[in-house]
Amino acid sequence: MTLDTTPASPAARHTRSRDDLRVWAFLVAFAAAWGVIFAVNEMLWPWLLGDVMRLDLVSTLGAAVEFFLYDTVKISLLLLGLLFLVGLVNTQISPEKVRGVLAGKGLFVGILLAVALGAITPFCSCSSIPIFIGLVAAGVPLSVTLAFLVSSPLISETGIILMGGTFGWDIAAGWALAGAVVSIAVGLVLSRFKLEKWIEPFVFTSRTAQLATASTRPSMRDRVTASWDETRDMLKKILPFLLLGVLIGAAIHGWVPDEFFATVAGPDNPFSLLIATFAGAPLYANPAAVVPLASALYAKGVALGTTMAFMMSLVALSIPSLIMLRRVMKLPLLAIFTGVVLAAIYLIGFIFNLIPLAR
Amino acid sequence: MHMEIKILGPGCRNCATLEKRTKEALTELGQDATVSKVTDYAEIAAYGVMQTPTLVIDEQVVVSGKVPVTRAIRDLIVAAK
Repeated sequence: MTLDTTPASPAARHTRSRDDLRVWAFLVAFAAAWGVIFAVNEMLWPWLLGDVMRLDLVSTLGAAVEFFLYDTVKISLLLLGLLFLVGLVNTQISPEKVRGVLAGKGLFVGILLAVALGAITPFCSCSSIPIFIGLVAAGVPLSVTLAFLVSSPLISETGIILMGGTFGWDIAAGWALAGAVVSIAVGLVLSRFKLEKWIEPFVFTSRTAQLATASTRPSMRDRVTASWDETRDMLKKILPFLLLGVLIGAAIHGWVPDEFFATVAGPDNPFSLLIATFAGAPLYANPAAVVPLASALYAKGVALGTTMAFMMSLVALSIPSLIMLRRVMKLPLLAIFTGVVLAAIYLIGFIFNLIPLAR
Repeated sequence: MHMEIKILGPGCRNCATLEKRTKEALTELGQDATVSKVTDYAEIAAYGVMQTPTLVIDEQVVVSGKVPVTRAIRDLIVAAK
């Protein structure tokens, strides 16, 4: 979307920079308020539920209610804050700019850049085909484009924030690393094959017009409004899934015995890892629902690598997205692509299962 | 002059919302226009866009990758006349 609001005259530019300052001041105040609310949430619930409402927080139900409320607020705050920040950054980014960065780069650098860009850019999955076409038609190597397509859903801000809040930030960092490794591996492996012949021909002849994107800078006010709108939309979409996931997770916490999965899906069970990898593949799940659910499974004994593999294949692959990819890729390429992604996910799950963890 | 509006996109929820809001905007303005959907990727790519949904008015791309609110779409339609 072109945010073409550069003012014409010096007087107008002066008014604009005064307005920018006002917007910055508002942002700082907003951040401070956010920090206060976050800190309050950390301490509020034991007092409110335990002292004021006299709930028994030691009982399973009391603990579950306290956890549910505390966690929902905390994750919502984290999502709000971080999505908004990322949204601000993303007012600077467009697929055209991504294309500009990736075109003409060497293979290895291109793959690294593609994975980094895929991680920070929030393009909706329905845009993945137009982005694919735009990149390939502009001459970006296919393996680089595919690395981008894998890292985009795999490493998402929403997913990482949710993982940080539920599994802890060390595991969230591990997830981001794992996602990066999977995407890079997919890119590198695919670059060994000559895959161009399996792309639908129309992709190469697509017009790659440089849309008249704003050479003018949007104002802070425009950026904040755009980011706020997107954050709100995103939160509205996510919250129902998040609540559902937390509910199911809470049910698992409550009723499934501890260590239930340890024998079946523990770290020394490569077969269950295989099942986990394949089980997630045909389905798509919103990260907001998957993470709370997966954390409950993890708490009941499923190995870390197995849990991560399950989440990864849920998020990175799905029948609907493969059907979409079929429109631009012929079946052999689609099969190779899917196979390589699954293999990479399995391997990284395997490696994470080897890490000794104090639970 | 008759206005021709196209909505580019494979049919995901955002595309449906864009179509709905566009039709609302047209009704609010009392503007007569043909609204059609383009779901074929080759055709979408021909417009040179890399994101969907995309709103095209009289063969000009006006918005790509976002679903503006109805009022914003109204402004875009008015600007395009």
